[in-house]
Amino acid sequence: MSPLALAWSQFRLERKLFWRNPSAAFFSFLLPLTLLLLFASVFAGDEDQLNVIVPGIAGLSVMATTFNAMAFNLTFLREQGILKRLRGTPIPASSYFAGFLGNAVANAFVQVALIVVIGHVLYDVSWPRDWLALVVFTTAGVVAFGSLGIALSHAIPNFDSAAAYVNAIFLPVMFVSGVFYDSDYLPDGLSAVAEALPLKHVVDGLHGAIVTGAGVLDHAGALAVVALWAGAGLVLAVRGFRWE
Amino acid sequence: MSGPAIEVSDLRKSYGSVDAVRGLSFSVERGEVFGLLGPNGAGKTTTVEILEGYRSRTGGDVRVLGHDPATRDRRLQERVGIVLQGSGFYPRLTVHEAVAHMSRAYPSPRDPDETVRLVGLEDKSDVRSNKLSGGQRRRLDLALALVGDPELVFLDEPTTGFDPAARRGAWEVVRTLRDLGKTVLLTTHYLDEAQALADRVAIVKDGAMVASGPPGELAPSSSGYRVSYLSGGERVEHQTGDPTDLLHRLTGDALARGERLEGLEVARPTLEEVYLELTTEVDG
Repeated sequence: MSPLALAWSQFRLERKLFWRNPSAAFFSFLLPLTLLLLFASVFAGDEDQLNVIVPGIAGLSVMATTFNAMAFNLTFLREQGILKRLRGTPIPASSYFAGFLGNAVANAFVQVALIVVIGHVLYDVSWPRDWLALVVFTTAGVVAFGSLGIALSHAIPNFDSAAAYVNAIFLPVMFVSGVFYDSDYLPDGLSAVAEALPLKHVVDGLHGAIVTGAGVLDHAGALAVVALWAGAGLVLAVRGFRWE
Repeated sequence: MSGPAIEVSDLRKSYGSVDAVRGLSFSVERGEVFGLLGPNGAGKTTTVEILEGYRSRTGGDVRVLGHDPATRDRRLQERVGIVLQGSGFYPRLTVHEAVAHMSRAYPSPRDPDETVRLVGLEDKSDVRSNKLSGGQRRRLDLALALVGDPELVFLDEPTTGFDPAARRGAWEVVRTLRDLGKTVLLTTHYLDEAQALADRVAIVKDGAMVASGPPGELAPSSSGYRVSYLSGGERVEHQTGDPTDLLHRLTGDALARGERLEGLEVARPTLEEVYLELTTEVDG
């Protein structure tokens, strides 16, 4: 098989494995949707709140499907010796990672699409006004959070502690980044932290794309911050990578 | 293709100031089952992992099927099957799915169903790997290493943790591999396993070779042969590295005295005795 066909084969395997793992499927797929339904139902009819929550949860799900999933999965694959086994086969590393990462990318895009559709159909949030910005910010978020998740997996000593490491980052970042409320209400100190982190900027970009119609150029600063994190994440992900 | 399957000359590997492998040399002929024996920490796994392409070497030269494994050439990996110690599976994949998935990586794989049968897992074909017993998981290891129809198979401690029946099963698979003309490099700390399977063995200690040869012919370095006879109803035993000379003296003396050496026995050292002599630290 060609490297491309092997990547496709790996991708299909990863899809199969994803749906066979109920807890992973729940945490990275159903949890954001559940949060969306809960919060949106609380604020049903409050257009301003819904316009914050729908793009906020879309950003959150980009992080959950990539950052959390990469950190958990790689820690597991490394601890179980599955990466080491793959390393001893003729499957090219590029094919393997294309399939493995492709699975996370697919999850992120499917999630964002579901959230946009649910937001429109159930809660009357508008269809995205700038589709290009939606794709660009989703992609930038996927690259940044995916590579940061891989980099984090290098620091996690074993699978038992993976949840602690991931949630110690994921939960605070989620709360300061304006996922459930407008981050303008944050006190100055927390606001500065949120500004430095990528999630708020992904959420801002998605908010522009879905709600206001602000395009990529209007959020060039936000995109630059996400791109910086993506660059740092990629360097750390590649540099620290271990197969065992 | 000619030349040995594996050639190792003056292999060295250091981890910081620790020398794990110190000038190891051996070669494995094509079609041969070669056993690497030694106590834990002797450098067996380090050596094998260098040959498999997992680790770099500090010095010396290594050829596997004519390639330098350090280059991690895909053409080499297509011809090699690896059974590692303690490497896992996707827990939610069935035996058949795992073997079929791996088969796609190879240019001319063995049929997945046939491979599953070869290792005796046909009854577990649709069972997910997290539901397999330890011995069954080891057989799945073997199936994944064999599905590419490799010329050379590395088996690192392939039967550790097996019950006796599973061990016999794994031995049958190794014999099948030899009958198929495959080359096998086996590491083990079970001497009966080496004796039963290996055409030749190398005994490694502290990263260096202390003996090598067919398991039944390993020459002990010192008093390995036991010569014994009955004298006045008591068995007298001598140990010697040179039984020819000792027998000549004993029989000569007996003949000179006009006696017979009742119950005369000459015992070759077993592999276990050679191994223990070569690898056990003598205290004091």
